[in-house]
Amino acid sequence: MLKVFRIFILLSAFVSSTYLTLKAEEQLTTGIEPAAEKFNASKLIMEHIADSYEWHIAKVGHTHISIPLPVILYSSGTGFHFFISSKFHHGTESYLGFHVAGEESKFKGKIVEAASDGSEVRPYDFSITKNVLSMFASILILLLIFTSIAKRYKEGFDRAPKGIQSWLEPIILFIRDDVVKASIGEEKYRKYLPYLLTVFFFILINNVMGLIPIIPGGANLTGNIAVTMVLALITFVIILFSGSKDYYMHIVNAPGIPWWLKLPIPLMPIVEIMGVFTKPFVLMVRLFANITAGHIIALGFYSLIFIFGEKSVYAGYGVSIVTIVFTIFMGLLELLVAFIQAYVFTLLSALYIGMALEQHEEHAEKSH
Amino acid sequence: MGLVMPDFGLLFWMVLSFSLLMWLLAKFAWKPILKALSAREASIEKALQSAELAKNEMVKLQAGNEKLLKETMLEREKIIKEARELKNSIVSEAKNQAVIEANKVLDETKAAITRERAEAVNEMKSVISSFSIEIAEKILKEHLSDSKNQKDLVNNYLENIKLN
Repeated sequence: MLKVFRIFILLSAFVSSTYLTLKAEEQLTTGIEPAAEKFNASKLIMEHIADSYEWHIAKVGHTHISIPLPVILYSSGTGFHFFISSKFHHGTESYLGFHVAGEESKFKGKIVEAASDGSEVRPYDFSITKNVLSMFASILILLLIFTSIAKRYKEGFDRAPKGIQSWLEPIILFIRDDVVKASIGEEKYRKYLPYLLTVFFFILINNVMGLIPIIPGGANLTGNIAVTMVLALITFVIILFSGSKDYYMHIVNAPGIPWWLKLPIPLMPIVEIMGVFTKPFVLMVRLFANITAGHIIALGFYSLIFIFGEKSVYAGYGVSIVTIVFTIFMGLLELLVAFIQAYVFTLLSALYIGMALEQHEEHAEKSH
Repeated sequence: MGLVMPDFGLLFWMVLSFSLLMWLLAKFAWKPILKALSAREASIEKALQSAELAKNEMVKLQAGNEKLLKETMLEREKIIKEARELKNSIVSEAKNQAVIEANKVLDETKAAITRERAEAVNEMKSVISSFSIEIAEKILKEHLSDSKNQKDLVNNYLENIKLN
């Protein structure tokens, strides 16, 4: 436990220090920059938490330093296209009839194809965006970590845990015993354990990577609705396929409820059926909202520096001290949230699966 | 509203790579890790059980030892008691034997003494008788030195014979 705590402290120190260096860089750039374009905090924040076709690192003077990412498109008219996002020159130019939609478009920030009538059509976009790349990185890290510790477990179960294994093992045991086994039950938990463990560590590593503002971190992956949607959908599909007869009977005909809530108007069945869908929906929204909110708050604090800096450079420096303190605090809080949200998603998934698996012997007894 | 609209591309990559991740982790990480963890738990449980068993065995053994010790003590006491009794009986028997032996010796001695005395008395008698005969002889010699006395004596004998 102490070791986990130590790593927690180290990580948070790392996160806050990288925040600070980044902030210093940004302050430098604003110092040089002429006050031509007004600082727009909401634009900065929305751009950061949204996905992107290039990995923006810094802006020095008027030049953006960013890593261009591969674009993969399928257009119903012209077929597949592969190219590098630098062809768009940070979204200012069009390429092969494709361009990045502007502020006023409903596809703002996405690649669109100009149709013959002048309207914008969204092609099938398989681009390796910032979020996709960040996800690949996190998957690579997860595979490296867990296959390396698995190798040690293969050497023999009687070896004492060592290194990273000794702080992952308590977490694995915690997920297994206190989350999965406790929610699903002793007999059936084994089948769902690989999914729930994967989900926990996937969310955790992406939450933490989202807090680290250097490549490959900094993407708002678990705060992206598509990602949380896939995770929630997998849980949903597992619930649907592993639901017991009792679970479905309970939805159609909930026991212990007066008949008039079911018969002329099937009020309870409607509520229960809605419940089936709201559970994964809530899973999806909770993770998305928590992580996105964390990113927005952190960025909001940074924006304070520039908002005050526009009024007066000294006010900007003054506020930066407050911002640093707040950002360290928020960074620690977000680190806590990273763990809590990974835990909550796993726990609720396990609970919902456990509820779907439940057999109600006591109801059968009552009906006799 | 771009924020809450899931992106097709990301959905696609997420489904693909998350499924792959889950499969890879399940096959190459979770399986060996969970197997090793449960094997470790089983071995710990087994070790605890065998320790408990050994403890019980130990208690049993100790109880057995105590019982054995008690039995041995009893046995020892019995043996000592028996030995003491044996000793007493041997001593008393020896005493009796000695008394009997002593009595026998005493009797024998008494008998020997009696015999010796009798012999001595006899010897003394014979010596006394020979002495008496000698004395008588001497007396007779003295007495019969004159003829008259000789005649009287012969006559006396003769008379006695006639009486017989």
